[in-house]
Amino acid sequence: MAIDKNARYLESHEYAKPSGEYMVFGISDHAQAELGDVVFVELPSVGKTVTKGAIFGTIESVKAASDLYAPVSGTVVEVNEAVKNDPSLVNKDCYGTGWLVKVAPSNPSEFQSLLDPAAYGKTIGEE
Amino acid sequence: MIYMEEEPTNTTALHDWHVSHGAKMAPFAGYDMPINYTTGAIEEHLITRRSVGLFDIDHMGQFEITGPGADEFVARMVTAKVSDLVPPMARYSLLLDEKGGIIDDLFVYRLPASWWIVVNASNRATDLAWFKAHAPTNVEVIDRSDDTYMIAVQGPRAIELLDKVSNSPVSTIQRFCWGNIVIDGIPVLFGRTGYTGEDGGELFFPAEKALQLWEFLLRQGELLGIETRPIGLAARDSLRFEAGMPLHGHEISIGINPIEAGFKWACDFEKEFVGKEALLAIIEKGVSRKLVGIEVFGGVPREGYEVVSPEGSVIGRCVAGMFCPTIKKYAANAFVEPSFAKAGTKVSVIIRGQPREAIVVKRPLYVPAYRR
Repeated sequence: MAIDKNARYLESHEYAKPSGEYMVFGISDHAQAELGDVVFVELPSVGKTVTKGAIFGTIESVKAASDLYAPVSGTVVEVNEAVKNDPSLVNKDCYGTGWLVKVAPSNPSEFQSLLDPAAYGKTIGEE
Repeated sequence: MIYMEEEPTNTTALHDWHVSHGAKMAPFAGYDMPINYTTGAIEEHLITRRSVGLFDIDHMGQFEITGPGADEFVARMVTAKVSDLVPPMARYSLLLDEKGGIIDDLFVYRLPASWWIVVNASNRATDLAWFKAHAPTNVEVIDRSDDTYMIAVQGPRAIELLDKVSNSPVSTIQRFCWGNIVIDGIPVLFGRTGYTGEDGGELFFPAEKALQLWEFLLRQGELLGIETRPIGLAARDSLRFEAGMPLHGHEISIGINPIEAGFKWACDFEKEFVGKEALLAIIEKGVSRKLVGIEVFGGVPREGYEVVSPEGSVIGRCVAGMFCPTIKKYAANAFVEPSFAKAGTKVSVIIRGQPREAIVVKRPLYVPAYRR
């Protein structure tokens, strides 16, 4: 399973990836493979605040609904409308076009506390 | 779809094939079954709608009913009219208890000298016990499930594929009829029916030939340029759901009667059958709920979710729900109070505590081209 080297992770498989001054949230390749075909995503609207470790949305696959946990705290500045219209983008390109929301982090140091790619790889039994 | 939580005790002869081809496996009706292959559940659904899907459905049960009293016995046990069935005809039916509860739904085949009954995997033991308990001494009920393998071949090009690989054409066999054919040297009873809404059939053949026939059909599909893929249970569920077919334990069950579930058409009130008196009383009294289709906007409805009126009172509950890949909609089947059962009625479905806009719609949600 692919692990984006530029991202950091929660054990619950969400990632945060720096994009300029913002953080892009998504779910890992391992997570999308475990979920199977994604059929629905529910995401916060622009301007909403998200809190590290708290639920910021829901992702539903053919078989089940799963909560999405925010890897860092901040304010939503952009929502991926494409993935709302075509949730299969999460399966096709979870680190690229299948991103979920973009957040202005309120506490940039939180990013450092996340699992780095090697540590996340260990939690999913890789490397 | 509900994947049973208990550990599976059975595997089909194709289990190792599924695993080695990357299938995600899960317990269903006591069997460790493929939920989807690496293709993915949605693409598997779409392949079946556009070409050919192969389904390992060996978990299903088959009984043979024979003896001098068999005709009368079968007619009394199942709800559908069977007195007019002559070979090679078959018919969908229900099996009821005395209270009118649905023990199972099944397919009844009229063979030359016996009756061939196809039942759901999860109800095989219950059904067998029920038939045997009611059988008079001049009737024999034989469980053929272990010796019989069952593969479904479904999709708009399924008949074309089978025509090309069998010793005699299946296209001459009418819908809901059967025929004896030979594929790759294997004797097959072909029933032109299925559980996807598409044309195609179900193949019954000796269990030891499972791998040979499965691989032969996949290889012939490739050689003939007819896209043919193995399909898992997740797509089987979404295919049957779109096509308006019930899954026992959801739209029908021992606690649900055929009148409220919309299966009065499958009951022949001109004859005597187990459960008839109860159904007549239910019809006389009127039903307290009805099975409806519901399209939901902004979320995936699932089994157990509440259906509420615009005023917010609970009027029913979903028994199945999912994303429908062909029609690209989120939909549920639900039992609701009869006053809310009309297509076009506005309701809400509670998804994770939030009411979501929804509307009662006509079932089935999807009708294939060949039946339009």
